[in-house]
Amino acid sequence: MKKILLLGLALVTTATTASAQTTLTGAGASFPYPLYSKMFDEYKKANGVSVNYQSVGSGAGQKQILERTVDFAGSDTAMSDAQMKDAPGKLLHIPTAIGAVVPSYNLPGVTATLKFDGPTLANIYLGKIKTWNDPAIAKLNAGVTLPPLPITVVRRSDGSGTTGVFTDYLSKVSSEWKTKVGSATSVSWPIGTGAKGNDGVAGVVKSTPGALGYVELVYAKQNKLTFGTMKNRAGKFIVADNVPASLAANGVVIPADTRVSLTNSANADAYPIASFTYVIFYQDQKYANRTEAQAQALQKLLNWMVTSGQQFNEPLDYAKLPEGVAKKAQTIINTMTYGGKKL
Amino acid sequence: MIEPVKRPAVNSSLSSASDRVFEYIILALASIIVLVFLLSLYQLGKESWPALQKFGLSFFTNREWNPVTSNFGAISMITGTLITSLAALAISVPLAIASALFVAEYAPKWLADPVGYLIELLAAVPSVVYGLFALFVIAKGLSHWQQSFFTSPEKIATYTHCKSLWDAGTTSFQCFFVPISFDGRGLALAIIILTIMILPYTASVARDVIRLVPADQREAMYALGATKWEVISKAILPYARAGIMGGVILALGRALGETLAVAMVIGDSQDSIKSIFSGASTMASVIANQFGDAQEQIHRSSVVTLGFTLFFLSVLVNYIARIIIARLTPKGIQ
Repeated sequence: MKKILLLGLALVTTATTASAQTTLTGAGASFPYPLYSKMFDEYKKANGVSVNYQSVGSGAGQKQILERTVDFAGSDTAMSDAQMKDAPGKLLHIPTAIGAVVPSYNLPGVTATLKFDGPTLANIYLGKIKTWNDPAIAKLNAGVTLPPLPITVVRRSDGSGTTGVFTDYLSKVSSEWKTKVGSATSVSWPIGTGAKGNDGVAGVVKSTPGALGYVELVYAKQNKLTFGTMKNRAGKFIVADNVPASLAANGVVIPADTRVSLTNSANADAYPIASFTYVIFYQDQKYANRTEAQAQALQKLLNWMVTSGQQFNEPLDYAKLPEGVAKKAQTIINTMTYGGKKL
Repeated sequence: MIEPVKRPAVNSSLSSASDRVFEYIILALASIIVLVFLLSLYQLGKESWPALQKFGLSFFTNREWNPVTSNFGAISMITGTLITSLAALAISVPLAIASALFVAEYAPKWLADPVGYLIELLAAVPSVVYGLFALFVIAKGLSHWQQSFFTSPEKIATYTHCKSLWDAGTTSFQCFFVPISFDGRGLALAIIILTIMILPYTASVARDVIRLVPADQREAMYALGATKWEVISKAILPYARAGIMGGVILALGRALGETLAVAMVIGDSQDSIKSIFSGASTMASVIANQFGDAQEQIHRSSVVTLGFTLFFLSVLVNYIARIIIARLTPKGIQ
């Protein structure tokens, strides 16, 4: 009995000493989860601050930051003004990485990398282009013998930032898409089979001859999927990769609050279907039971994420923030306050 | 008259006190269940209020589910849920009863035990495993068969004929069984996987109640010179049918609420169902797919309203099933 009591006492003491240490919590997008895990792991080694990030989805992350149950939210899409209206304080966004979305396909017998452009992709997803040997695809891919296979259109069934970026791009390049479908993290699709997650979409594409689906670049690269090149706004066909995705941020005017779409970038070498993934937090950090130390720890972490933390992006196949964007993010982080006092 | 012997005073007070304590504990534990039920009802109602207020009853008749325009209707999910569950039930019940009869009546003991064990094991497999099995094994086979509709000439003709019907917004009995694409996913795959998933519920309950049929019942029937089949159909099944229906309801409950495996395979489409191989969606699958990433309040509220609807649909289905059981129960055993 005494032993048990002692053991209990020991557990309680360790628990209290552990909680005295600063722990930050975040929740949200699953897309940057592998990157954040790596970043936070390294950050803990270097600074002793542990960060707990739950990948529950962008929407859930936004909800949690609105309810102030986390220190920061991860989100693949920026919150709209209407969404931020419900917040009890001013919310700030900073980008931490750039992601890209690629059209992955399965065409037996075609070895050349296929070329796509925005309007063609939109027409395929609208159901107007039905077979692979359609003149629109043939015109882009002169010299490639395309089979008369029907196109099995694959898309995400779950709400996802990937869908958000993809439909945002289609809305920019096709007015018909914009009026008929529009862009959001889940939309009312005209056609296609829905599959859950990047792995679900990739699974259908791999097992179905003639299938076409959109997946994240990170997933496509790590799983060695076949994906096509995209024609960008300047008319160049770009193979999706870290550098072209990163360049997308250079062809777009980045506003001071960094809430901007990177799709269809004007940069001549940019990949056209790219987007920021964001961290969202409150400008004034004094809320609930938060201490100033906690607020400072968060500020330090965010600063690290957009500066030294960026070294972990490319090894994990996430595009880095360009210099200018990181600067803007730092400026935003420096506006953080605690009870009105500058941190 | 003999006076009853009085118990020693010490003992009686101790035992009656402990009895009362036990009664309170049991009451408290039992009311937790009621409380959880009421609380979830309240929470669901509160969260779904914005959507119900905005769409009213049209939420249950509108086919559109469009997060972009914030226009939400649940009719395709409601029909999807009912079709997948009832179809899976219709296929699985005969299989389950047959296997229960085999295990309880026909199989020798060395075979009955392992078979019974295996059936129960099916119930313990997590649904994500069923989902993966459906995607990697069944979908592949289905897809292979579906591809023939796009390669062999006479089947292409059928497909083209059906395609014109589908494009016109109708379908025919024959076309209902013609694949729309060849990815293997869709309503049919969801029904197949649900059938396998709910099979053990009916089967194991049915086996147990068949075993519980008194030996007198059988022996009396045999004594009248009945064959084995006559004993089963006239003496055993009528006696056990109320219990079997209980198993069927358990299975139906599971089918209505099954989330992950269905979300993985059903293809998520809100269009009207023109072919058994087309994509569809169920309430549970849409909740699983969209709750995590629903950003607008009305979207989230609509997803919760789906949950609320599912809750009521389950209650309704269970209630109807209870009435059926009461009707089926032979007089004398209750």
